[in-house]
Amino acid sequence: MRAGRSALLVAPTGAGKTLAGFLPSLTALAGRPPSPKARGLHTLYISPLKALAVDIARNLEAPIAEMGLDIRVETRTGDTPSHKRTRQITRPPDILLTTPEQLALLIAHREAADFFATLSCVVLDELHALVTSKRGDLLSLALARLHRLSPGLAAIGLSATVREPDALRRYLVPQRPDPPAPEGNGSSGMAELVVVKGGAAPDLHMLDTGLTLPLAGHTAWQAMPAIYDLIGRHRTVLVFVNTRLQAEYTFQELWRINEANHPIALHHGSLDATQRRRVEAAMAAGQLRAIVCTATLDLGIDWGDVDLVVNIGAPKGASRIMQRIGRANHRMDEPSKAYLVPANRFEMLECQAALDAVEAAAQDTPDARLGAPDVLAQHVLGMACADAFDANRLYEEITSAAPYATLSWEDFEAVVDYVATGGYALRAYERFAKILRGPDGLWRVRDARIAQQYRMNVGTIVESAKVKVRLARGVRAKPGAILPKGGRVLGEIEEDFADTLTPGDTFLFAGEVLRFEGLSEDEALATRAGPGTDPAIPSYAGAKFPISTFLAARVRALIADPFAWDRLPKQVSDYLLQQRSRSLLPGERDLLVETFPRAGRHYLTAFPFEGRLAHQTLGMLLTRRLERARMRPLGFAANDYGIAIFLNRDVGERIGREPDFLESLFAEDMLGDDLEAWLDESAMMKRTFRQCAVIAGLIERRYPGQAKTGRQVTISTDLVYDVLRKHQPDHLLLRAARQDAATGLLDVKRLGMMLRRIQGRIIHKALDRVSPLSVSVMLEIGRERVYGEGADEILAEAEAQMLEEALA
Amino acid sequence: MKRPVPNTEDAVLALGQRLEKTTRSPGLTLAGETLALDLCGGLWLAAHRTLIVSDLHLEKGSAYAARSGQFLPPYDTRETLACLHEVVVRLEPARVVALGDSFHDARGPERMEPGDRAMVAALQEGRDWVWIAGNHDHAVSEGVGGRYAETLSLGGLTLRHEPTADAPEGEVAGHLHPCGKVAMRGRAVRRRCFVTDGRRLIMPAFGAYAGGLNVRNAAFEPLFPAGFTAHLLGDGRVFAIGKAMLSKD
Repeated sequence: MRAGRSALLVAPTGAGKTLAGFLPSLTALAGRPPSPKARGLHTLYISPLKALAVDIARNLEAPIAEMGLDIRVETRTGDTPSHKRTRQITRPPDILLTTPEQLALLIAHREAADFFATLSCVVLDELHALVTSKRGDLLSLALARLHRLSPGLAAIGLSATVREPDALRRYLVPQRPDPPAPEGNGSSGMAELVVVKGGAAPDLHMLDTGLTLPLAGHTAWQAMPAIYDLIGRHRTVLVFVNTRLQAEYTFQELWRINEANHPIALHHGSLDATQRRRVEAAMAAGQLRAIVCTATLDLGIDWGDVDLVVNIGAPKGASRIMQRIGRANHRMDEPSKAYLVPANRFEMLECQAALDAVEAAAQDTPDARLGAPDVLAQHVLGMACADAFDANRLYEEITSAAPYATLSWEDFEAVVDYVATGGYALRAYERFAKILRGPDGLWRVRDARIAQQYRMNVGTIVESAKVKVRLARGVRAKPGAILPKGGRVLGEIEEDFADTLTPGDTFLFAGEVLRFEGLSEDEALATRAGPGTDPAIPSYAGAKFPISTFLAARVRALIADPFAWDRLPKQVSDYLLQQRSRSLLPGERDLLVETFPRAGRHYLTAFPFEGRLAHQTLGMLLTRRLERARMRPLGFAANDYGIAIFLNRDVGERIGREPDFLESLFAEDMLGDDLEAWLDESAMMKRTFRQCAVIAGLIERRYPGQAKTGRQVTISTDLVYDVLRKHQPDHLLLRAARQDAATGLLDVKRLGMMLRRIQGRIIHKALDRVSPLSVSVMLEIGRERVYGEGADEILAEAEAQMLEEALA
Repeated sequence: MKRPVPNTEDAVLALGQRLEKTTRSPGLTLAGETLALDLCGGLWLAAHRTLIVSDLHLEKGSAYAARSGQFLPPYDTRETLACLHEVVVRLEPARVVALGDSFHDARGPERMEPGDRAMVAALQEGRDWVWIAGNHDHAVSEGVGGRYAETLSLGGLTLRHEPTADAPEGEVAGHLHPCGKVAMRGRAVRRRCFVTDGRRLIMPAFGAYAGGLNVRNAAFEPLFPAGFTAHLLGDGRVFAIGKAMLSKD
């Protein structure tokens, strides 16, 4: 690294890798002869979190001041005042710490070429976390520009242990079409690799309370006293959960039994930023005994004092759980101590699979991404804002970024055309073009207003609109009337979720069952439901991450191998034995399908273990096929492990009668026309399209405050989607949305892999009643939304209710 | 008192089938005229062989491109005209009335593609075509054929763009882009709709990019002081749903 070469530094958390990333820069800067005039930017540091950049700056300033070095360190975030931003351009610091979005704005600046000319080092922190998303695509493009503005630039990537370090090594250095660069900066297109071997093995256990766990559910209420006891016996405990809802619930439960009044705090994405900063500061100051948190604390500031990590619920992935465990005990020589807390019996299996994976030091970080076209469109406009560009030269630069290395010239041209006039076959917008090609062959941005528009819309994070949930008071004298004022705000829910609520619906929020009373301006009003009320409407936003392919395979292997069961808690092996005697246990690569009648309906359950997202897609497609086969499916439910479809007709009998029925039901061609037809009307697809449209600048971002300004004014992306799909189905943004659907909300890619895996390996078991395995997914019915229900059915029901009232 | 919600099969399969016959019935009467509510969002007056469509907002996409540099797909005009073509071929009206805001802005006709312009001309061929003045396109009619009018009387009906609170019985208007929302068991369906109280009728917007205003919005209250029924455009038919069953946004 000292030789000024690009390098990937892989180290477990606690190895002090962030400071190591700065060492070459500090050495070089300290060795400079004194100079009276400004010397330009030397080192750039990029962090996924604004707070982390600010914290690192503080950590750097202390040693620099102690050693009396003449090195200026500054941060640049969304909070940096404009006079300081201007000054940073004219008089740059030696070291600038910032985020990917701010970097995008900087390279789109008119002064970018001068500003970065002196840059010799860029440090990318938590690179493993950045590269898995569109933010990583955006950063890769900015990095390609930096390499061009400052040839010889050394890019240092800091990463936790990953499955494929070579992908990150390629990400750091310019990719060239063959033949590979002979020598120097990353021979064969890869940065050097520096691996710091992990310190002590983690001290990791599954928490066994001795209590029998339910077959479904994610609250882990049985474990709360044990977790509370652990908090009492440690200095500081991080309690990780998978969703905001679980965070709320756990926090409430711990406080309910908090007789010792331990300072226990809450940290998740729905809390407002100042509240979160307060919690972080109290944690850093050692004032807290525990923080209940979501993925918001997966990354971030090193808290020296955390001596225990507790992870409630399914671990989801081996690398993910390692990252969380690493949040404890940031010292190399001491083991990190952690407990995995399963909330149901299936999660016990998943926890055991995760324990095995951690012991084997196996990683399941995702594959390298293919750069998203919508992100590229945003970048191309930014580059036109910076300076006039030559298309050939920009293409060369963009394909030097690893995620875009395989981008074809035609696809690049399509992006430029999109940026210029929308990329429509109907050339309607030529005269309004945003970027124009001059007689010199260079592309320029049309005017300052377009550049301003670019700056307002930069970034790849598209937040969904939210509404506040306020506790309202019911009026006893007038049933149904509510007083909107006076109650406190409990938090925020997604507008999409609020839209589905109707007065009287009950739902779980902020750890209690609430009754939705109505919307008032931009607030959802709710009252506390009576004790013992079950929430009728499933929670907003379920577990965001599906179980990793790798961990799922380990769970399947665990189930298939009775000799491995002695590692499982007895209640789980008993459960598996019951399943074996009542039905059967599938082999590692098999798909078990069970059919059985229950309460006047027929059920089909299947256990692919491919995660909730892939299962929801599978459920939609199977329901369509069963519909066509006249089996009259009524709906389905899915969880991480399987799906349950309920039908009016006896599907088990049909499978028994027609030998090919099941194989054709699960045939891979369901990913053809059926998928296309469903995608066309899928709400998930529309949401995915909206995100692409915002990132690519087709639709302007909504800012807080302007969110609810009358829907008849703001154009709905759903309408745009419908029109575009019909008239130009191969449009860039539709391709971008399909690319996202393959891995994102619909997980189509994974579903395809599963359908190939199970060909010829489907095992059907016709039962006369529900099996132990099926119970787990049956319990999701009513908890999750029922799919396969068309708009007309909902409308018909509303109409019918009215008519019944009229006739009554 | 909230009614117990019947489960899906019962409600949909049984009640839905039973009701289908009753709601496919001739439609409505307003000021003695019989009206059929077409699934496409048009109003059909068979006795006058007249089709009414409202708020086409043609060239809305190009209006955005011209004004704010937002390049929405420029296919909204042809999509709207294709829907109009479908219903015109099906019903063969002698007269088509576009109930105002036919163009998104006064310069819309200038921006229209030649192919779309030809489509409008073809639709107008052999029938009376009336552009009612809207607030977006008050001065339209140059070069787009048809005739232009502030309002139009048809039998007992008065056709105008903006509804007026004190209009006598029989007003048919547009302007508000009514939408009805039904939320049930964790799902919400939001659709364009006709709104009527038997004295006046407000038409849904016909344009591909025309947004919607929830019928529970205060803007509808002075027009329907005694309540209303919304006729929501479903996928397969029109559904009559009372005010009480409709959710606010």
